[in-house]
Amino acid sequence: MLCLLVATAIALIAVRGLLASIMLTSVYGLLSASFFVTMDAVDVAFTEAAVGAGVSPLLLLLTVAIVGRREAASNARRLVVPLLLVTVTGALLIIGTLDMPSFGSPDAPAQTHVAPRYLQQSGDEIGIPNVVTSVLASYRAYDTLGEVLVIFTAGVAVLLALAPAGQGGSARAEPPAPEHLAPHTILQVVSKLLIPFMLLFAFYVQFHGEYGPGGGFQAGVIFASGIILYGLLYGLPTVCRVIPPPVVEVLAAVGALIYGLTGVLSLLAGKNFLDYSALAADPVTGQHIGIIAIELGVGIAVAAVIITIYYAFAGRLHTRED
Amino acid sequence: MDVFSYFNYWVVVVLMMLGFFIVIARGNLVKKLIGLNIFQTSVFILYISAGKVMGGAAPILADGVELYSNPLPHVLILTAIVVGIATTSVGLALVVRIHAAYGTVEEADILEQDATC
Amino acid sequence: MSTLWLWASDACLLIGSFLLLTGALGFLRFPDFYARIHACGVTETLATGFVLLGLLLRSDDAMPQVKLVLILLFVLFSSPTASHALAKAAWNAGVRPRDNSGKRRVSLPHTDP
Repeated sequence: MLCLLVATAIALIAVRGLLASIMLTSVYGLLSASFFVTMDAVDVAFTEAAVGAGVSPLLLLLTVAIVGRREAASNARRLVVPLLLVTVTGALLIIGTLDMPSFGSPDAPAQTHVAPRYLQQSGDEIGIPNVVTSVLASYRAYDTLGEVLVIFTAGVAVLLALAPAGQGGSARAEPPAPEHLAPHTILQVVSKLLIPFMLLFAFYVQFHGEYGPGGGFQAGVIFASGIILYGLLYGLPTVCRVIPPPVVEVLAAVGALIYGLTGVLSLLAGKNFLDYSALAADPVTGQHIGIIAIELGVGIAVAAVIITIYYAFAGRLHTRED
Repeated sequence: MDVFSYFNYWVVVVLMMLGFFIVIARGNLVKKLIGLNIFQTSVFILYISAGKVMGGAAPILADGVELYSNPLPHVLILTAIVVGIATTSVGLALVVRIHAAYGTVEEADILEQDATC
Repeated sequence: MSTLWLWASDACLLIGSFLLLTGALGFLRFPDFYARIHACGVTETLATGFVLLGLLLRSDDAMPQVKLVLILLFVLFSSPTASHALAKAAWNAGVRPRDNSGKRRVSLPHTDP
């Protein structure tokens, strides 16, 4: 598995032309997702499969459609210094790994610090089986709030950067460009069959995240990829009619707001910020309610931000075609 | 000492250096971002490898399972992946803007244009 | 779990792996783009079908079985569609079938629309 990853990365260096590189990036994402499964990180694999193999190559493709797929050849003289630098740094890092605890040993420092506490007591304190979710949403809720805000800010930054001139700061889709290719009839029919299941699966991942692998981040990305697939096959104007860009932009803010408000609610109830034990008479029930609330916030925010980013790039592509 | 006990870390180093090489050796800005992606994923692999316990199960509590892998790296990387795609898209948006301003995304051409004016 | 089922499952898995191998060979050896798509697209659908069937015979729990059936359905939908999308994109981009040596174009019964 790891050898395949290295092979893909080497191919990425060797290949010229951005389209081939992007396809290899997608392969790379899928491979690393399967690697994460073998490392017991099922939640991470979920996210990586949706992001690394789906959304990120797609955004790269949209960019390449805007800036052109040609890649200039680099001259050999310029390669010597980077090669030297990389070799030296790599050698130093490999010397550094010799001090690492050997792979998979249960008494490594990473395994003995806080992890046993999470594994032994989260069952009683939080009351949900998926430890990843309880750490993410309850023990380290501050971190996650920060991450959600970073994602939100990134969405805003993309909107600002890609806003067409004179449109008041929002990269809205332009009026429809005529479709110059034959309609993708077969693709459209099949996607009509599959997209509802993708969205349903996203909801399952969202609300089942406490018991199995899943949660807001994964669900948000899966939901967004469903919508983006629809947009790819039916054109940007159609998907903009289904989910108007202003609605998505507001939803991104609403998602982050739900998260923050949950924290403020627990503050008002007399506990610490984001301490959900205050949300119900029984602390464990309170934790349940809190986790469901913030996972919902995360899911909405992530899905909305990724759809917004897609709209911004695709809208840019449309305006350029006119 | 078992050679294979460090195999994961070495792969991480190799991947990291491959990504780093793409970032510094290639002039195309989109390609640089792809290299940055590889670099990022290698860090993910490092964290997830550090969290693996031999013989452990996925950290979802179940009856009869005693040994679990460490959930903490999973949490960190899970959010980092989504944050990563968000920041990558900011980078791509900047690339699009650079293309609008300079008409090219090759580093050499951009520097040349900057030097002349 | 009787031995018969295990044998059947083994057979299915073997057939599936063999088909995947032929698909990979075809992908490497066939002369032009469309023949290659044909090689992987067709074998992939059948091979994943066999592999999933083999796994289905092996599992004795209801939940994995339901999931495997769902995956099978999904693959049956998505895999041919993906091949179709590839071929269509290639046609739109101007890739045309070639003869066995991979050099000359083949004349087609229908000309371009």
